[in-house]
Amino acid sequence: MITLEKKIKVLVAKVGLDGHDRGAKVVARFLRDAGFEVIYTGLHRTPEEVAMAAVQEDVDVVGISIHSGAHMTLVPKVMKYIKEFGGDLDEMVIVVGGIIPEEDIEKLKSLGVDEVFIPGTPMEKIIDFIRKKVPEKKKMGRSR
Amino acid sequence: MNVEEIVRGIEEGNRRALARAITYVENDYPEGKEIMKRIFHRTGKAHVIGVTGFPGVGKSTTVSKLIQKFREKGKKVGVVAVDPSSPFTGGALLGDRLRMDGLDVSKPLWLDPGVFFRSMSSRGRAGGLAAKTGDVVRLLDAFGFDLILVETVGAGQSEVDIVEVADTTIVILMPEMGDEIQINKAGILEIGDIYVVNKADLGGADKTVRWLKTMIMMDQESVEILSKTTHADEAAVQSGEIFERMKKSRDWIPPILVTVAERGVGIEELVKAIEDHFEYLKKSGKLMERRVRRLSRELFDLIMDEIKTILSKNKLVDFRGYVERVAKGEINPHSAAEDIVDKLLKVGCN
Amino acid sequence: MEDLEKIKKKREEWEKNCLKPYLENFGERQERFETLSGIEIKRVYDPTDIAHIDYLRDIGYPGEFPFTRGVYPTMYRGRLWTMRQFSGFGTAEDTNKRWKMLLKEGQTGLSTAFDFPTLMGIDSDDPLADGEVGKVGVAVDTLKDFEILFDGIPLDKVSTSFTINPPAAVILAMYVAIGDMQGVPRNQLRGTIQNDMLKEFHAQNTLVLPPEPSVKIIVDIFEWGIENVPKFNLISISGYHIREAGSTAVQELAFTIADGMAYVEAAIERGIDIDRLAPQLSFFFNAHNNFFEEIAKFRAARRMWAKIMRDEYGAKNPRSWWLKFHTQTAGCTLTAQQPLNNIVRTTIQAMAAVLGGTQSLHTNSFDEAWALPSEEAVRVALRTQQIIAYESGIPDTIDPLAGSYYVEWLTDKMEKLAWRYIEQIRKMGEGSMLRGVLKGIENGFFVKEISRAAAEYQRDVEEGRRIIVGVNKFTIEEDLKIPILRVDEDVQRKQIERLRKVKAERDNDAVKEALEWLRSAAENNENVMPPILEAVKAYATIGEIMGVLKEVYGTYKKPIII
Repeated sequence: MITLEKKIKVLVAKVGLDGHDRGAKVVARFLRDAGFEVIYTGLHRTPEEVAMAAVQEDVDVVGISIHSGAHMTLVPKVMKYIKEFGGDLDEMVIVVGGIIPEEDIEKLKSLGVDEVFIPGTPMEKIIDFIRKKVPEKKKMGRSR
Repeated sequence: MNVEEIVRGIEEGNRRALARAITYVENDYPEGKEIMKRIFHRTGKAHVIGVTGFPGVGKSTTVSKLIQKFREKGKKVGVVAVDPSSPFTGGALLGDRLRMDGLDVSKPLWLDPGVFFRSMSSRGRAGGLAAKTGDVVRLLDAFGFDLILVETVGAGQSEVDIVEVADTTIVILMPEMGDEIQINKAGILEIGDIYVVNKADLGGADKTVRWLKTMIMMDQESVEILSKTTHADEAAVQSGEIFERMKKSRDWIPPILVTVAERGVGIEELVKAIEDHFEYLKKSGKLMERRVRRLSRELFDLIMDEIKTILSKNKLVDFRGYVERVAKGEINPHSAAEDIVDKLLKVGCN
Repeated sequence: MEDLEKIKKKREEWEKNCLKPYLENFGERQERFETLSGIEIKRVYDPTDIAHIDYLRDIGYPGEFPFTRGVYPTMYRGRLWTMRQFSGFGTAEDTNKRWKMLLKEGQTGLSTAFDFPTLMGIDSDDPLADGEVGKVGVAVDTLKDFEILFDGIPLDKVSTSFTINPPAAVILAMYVAIGDMQGVPRNQLRGTIQNDMLKEFHAQNTLVLPPEPSVKIIVDIFEWGIENVPKFNLISISGYHIREAGSTAVQELAFTIADGMAYVEAAIERGIDIDRLAPQLSFFFNAHNNFFEEIAKFRAARRMWAKIMRDEYGAKNPRSWWLKFHTQTAGCTLTAQQPLNNIVRTTIQAMAAVLGGTQSLHTNSFDEAWALPSEEAVRVALRTQQIIAYESGIPDTIDPLAGSYYVEWLTDKMEKLAWRYIEQIRKMGEGSMLRGVLKGIENGFFVKEISRAAAEYQRDVEEGRRIIVGVNKFTIEEDLKIPILRVDEDVQRKQIERLRKVKAERDNDAVKEALEWLRSAAENNENVMPPILEAVKAYATIGEIMGVLKEVYGTYKKPIII
């Protein structure tokens, strides 16, 4: 049943030189099947390109997929550019998926990443998180 | 961002404001209507180009190449790419943005300040899609883009509706598309101002071009012209002679271009055809004509929407009551409708 | 000789009298049992299932056509498989240190992992390399890094494998240059460069140049390599990555063989004598979870390749019919949850590779879902191979599973299914496998097949039809902190500094000249290896060399198919 309610819009992004797209593509499909509107960036995008797309498409969620160990450099860059291009990180949900060691998960969260999904995370968990977090952040953003 | 900030942002060229405005409009937020009211006076300058065709013909690649070319000419380009939603889950995979890339890998179109790319899902609203897209186009127009490309998947009725939004409609096909009857049925052959046979390197392009010429000649205007010519024999039809003759007597015969978009072949000619068509529209007065026709449809639809809203909200007209009476057979639907309208007009819509 | 009629009758009796009541009372765990390729697995196999298979024609003896049982007559009784752990990270010093440790622990061959900038042919000081230098492998910018990498490692005593694709020519040139420096004759150099661009387009996505120029350069390497480094494997035709991207075992088998055929045709087109090239071709497969399917896959691969080389391409030398391969256990099956379980997975997968007759083997470390392997983890991985080699008895006889009703049936079945794909690809190429594979790259055939298989696999996992122990069943609340390898954050700075120094101290005119020669060779369709070797010796950087090739041949952007 189609309702014209606002669909959650998710940008699935592959940033940097990492060419492993199996996860990103599978996640993109599953998110679509869960009723989200998904934009997949394709491979080898720079942090700026990802941020520009996030702002122009006015997405609710930016999901960065990264398996190359370069997450501590690239994720903060994406967030920096989102801010620079006018995006509101208080409203936009940022999640990261991939090979991320435990200490880095904490570091990323302290930088403002909303959640990190390691390999083996059930798709349901990702979908539920998004469904919950998006309205939560929007409300907080509005009340400011 | 509130409405004030957004409208000001649009006037000042703030892309974030534009993006948020589009979101409001796309999702029927009340702010959307407010914004549309305030920016309308800034619209009307852009050349709106619709690009449609079946999946796989190379629309996104063509759009990408057109963006490049227009940018080279210093034009600012806004793009709306409409992708179908799943009829079951309502979700959509909006995949056109990622095909957009410049020839110069060091200057990605994604970051070009003269380009704005927005993906939209069709959300199963066949008829209403045009209205929503039209508003998004207006926002891009108000923002100041010279050209606005609207890209849709031409496989159904909603895509044919895109014609309502565009000044110039480009239909893209490719060789060996197989089921020509299907293509015919889709109505896609009636809406093109420019036809493009892409992926011409696959072979069979000239066959498709010839077939297209024949099909175009079958439309109403052409049939009239054909019937006026004396020796409209098979051979003349085949050789395209009729086509050439038609060109001289009709104001705009859709050109049929052959491209290999991936390699940039034929894109120059396509740009020229687009510019020519816009010139033609302006000079012939058809631009105004089409826009008036479009606006009249739009205004009509908006009025209908308002009435629908009123009917559901207005307490003085008991819509439910009438429905029950019709169901009980106390009154027929036509009289009921007349009654209701009468009451509305007397009572006033506010 | 078995009396098949009698057996068939007995089977029917068994099904009626013995099996049926049991099924009715107890049932089976699943409605249907399948391999990871969707092949239905029967309850029990018997001689009737392999009645169509002829021992002498289809199975044969090891070392003889069709090589189903192995490429050598003695296999592991003569020499164990090479224990070759893929490794590399940080700077050349860091990797040199890890290599020396692995050699001390009993590793018998070297295998190089490069970082993403190197894999993509860009330098450590390129803005696109920011954050990626030394992270997933060793950073190599110039010959200087190679000198450090191979410090204390004699090239006449080791064989070195290089996982490198778009800049493979550059890396091969560097290795040859080191050999020259050490005084080792070029015809003594042993090793492998992966050099398989086709699978990059299908799955791995290390993409720089478009498909046709990529193949052209690979053939250049073939042409140069058979003359100059006759003991070096000039390509490792890979299925590993295709499998990691989500394909089934049958697809892995079919697409790898198809790519192999494409390369052979490209070489023949160039006028290369197939019997001179074939002994320098090698393959690289994945060892995944379904134990018997993997073993059958390896056996089928050998049989298919032998038939293809002898009967289709007319190779005369029996050595040309050998499919020699390296195997890596499946990274994609390892879990972040309960990481010690991965040791078990890797063991089962390694056993499959050995029972499948692999020539060399890499076993993954248990912490790979978290980071690059720590020293402790990689030691366990190496020990896994050593325990199989020395304690299990598995290598003491050749192809012990031959004759198994199930394994022979499955080998045959996989071969048949793989042939179907090959014929499909051949049709796409109107008779040519090379054109067919290139066509498949262009129209997204391979990507779509792999994507679909990956999505189906995930759906099975999400819906509980496929169990992953510790992930969707037998989970625990765990503290996921394990000691992991950390690449020194200073690597990028150190590497950029080294690069700067090299550029300052080298003869920039010589570099310029060499690069101009390369440009002219590329533009005039000549072999690019000689100019690349010259450039490498002048300390030109990978980025500079690849930069010239990108200018001449253009940069490739992959069409997105989800």
